[in-house]
Amino acid sequence: MATATLNPISALSKDEILRYSRHLIMPEVGMEGQLKLKKAKVLCIGAGGLGSPLTLYLAAAGVGRLGIVDFDVVDFTNLQRQVIHGTADVGKSKLASARESIREINPNVEVVGFETRLTSENALQLFEGFDIIVDGTDNFPTRYLVNDACVLLGKPNVYGSIFRFEGQASVFSALQGPCYRCLYPEPPPPGLVPSCAEGGVLGVLPGIVGCIQAMETIKLIIGQGQTLIGRLLVFDALGVKFRELKLRKNPDCPACGTHPTITRLIDYEQFCGIRGEEHTSVMTGIPELTPREVKKMMDENQPFVLIDVREPHEFQICRIPGSTLIPLGEVAKRMHELDSAGEIVVHCRSGQRSARAVEFLMKAGFRKIYNLKGGILAWSDQVDPSVPKY
Amino acid sequence: MAVKIMIPTPLRQYVGKKDQVEVEAKTVAEALSKLASEYSELRRHLYNQEGKLRSFVNIYLGDEDIRFLQKEQTPLNENDVLSIVPSIAGGTALRRVVASGRDMACPYERAKRKWPQQL
Repeated sequence: MATATLNPISALSKDEILRYSRHLIMPEVGMEGQLKLKKAKVLCIGAGGLGSPLTLYLAAAGVGRLGIVDFDVVDFTNLQRQVIHGTADVGKSKLASARESIREINPNVEVVGFETRLTSENALQLFEGFDIIVDGTDNFPTRYLVNDACVLLGKPNVYGSIFRFEGQASVFSALQGPCYRCLYPEPPPPGLVPSCAEGGVLGVLPGIVGCIQAMETIKLIIGQGQTLIGRLLVFDALGVKFRELKLRKNPDCPACGTHPTITRLIDYEQFCGIRGEEHTSVMTGIPELTPREVKKMMDENQPFVLIDVREPHEFQICRIPGSTLIPLGEVAKRMHELDSAGEIVVHCRSGQRSARAVEFLMKAGFRKIYNLKGGILAWSDQVDPSVPKY
Repeated sequence: MAVKIMIPTPLRQYVGKKDQVEVEAKTVAEALSKLASEYSELRRHLYNQEGKLRSFVNIYLGDEDIRFLQKEQTPLNENDVLSIVPSIAGGTALRRVVASGRDMACPYERAKRKWPQQL
């Protein structure tokens, strides 16, 4: 915890006055607003796509204490959007990498890192020391956890969410307006909505949404303007359309309604029905072959068909030689092209989508059908490193 | 009544990549049902197996949530604009931040497994 101890919180040093001069000369911020920023304690959940612009701008703006919860490690696929991390940071903890970037931008900011998962057990304690919580997570269980903890503690939750070309932002502050559960009482069942890893995200989009979250956080701190409390901002990056929708407090909301039933934090994975989701490839009864076993079948000229259920644009990135493309969405329509008595190996990028295809085809009467365990990623690791991973 | 239904980007793949679809309908229920019959792949994203609107797909008439109007029975006027606003959760690559006991390995070890040649 690097603190500028010589720097009293009730005043700005000469250096700080120079640093924040473009804030200070605006009457909406001024010395009063800048000192509010300096006294502010903001907790960011996640130092990834949304967390990157968010923490960078909040640090540059002079937020005094910036908490970050993240236990992940920087990898190459993060760099396309997580601009707080650089190429040299790959393999480092995101927290350490974020801390270094923030120190470089503004050494006056005290970064408080929590290299841990956010859980129902630790959330209330972690949030306690902060005024505002900013939600930059990428999954439903954590979003409901962050919401409920904020409602229970009466703290504002600055919300931002993205998916491919779609962005959403709002400020949930149950004392004054609706909460996340008023907007969406329930999460989608797992499998219906692909994750970012599966669905992709345009790298700039979290930059835009994260900056909106940073802006709203600063407005909450300095008490200026109209925040997104009671409004949902929806952004369509394809059409460059920002739209605003009314958010109303649901009197029957289980978290913030008149008779709340959520009076303590619950099991959010169970609530979102995703126990075991990460292990769909080991769904019971799905026969699998390892990349080496499939390579051996190829080398021995065994007759089998290799089906790739990824999307055509993924097929363009890389492929296993000899594979036939039938995207997952077309499997039902095109299964007549396949011989249900012949041997078939199905694969995708990581083995999850192909497991769904195998399960479907088994139900349709295919008997000699196998999932390529670990997909192209494992193929690249175990058989042919010249096939790129993505 | 001719009304416009705004399609969010995640659902456009099911409506031929259109950003809006026009239908003739007197109520919200009728408009959505016509949309789902015209684009059958969209149906499971809007309705559950019992044929009820999914609770994580919000419908707005103008800027107002239909749950605070007359829900699906909300009447429509000529040139009304309906919006479908699904729940999305993306943000970071922060996986499984909620404790589950799975994959408790050190994050660095996990990254090494994923990107062995770089680390």
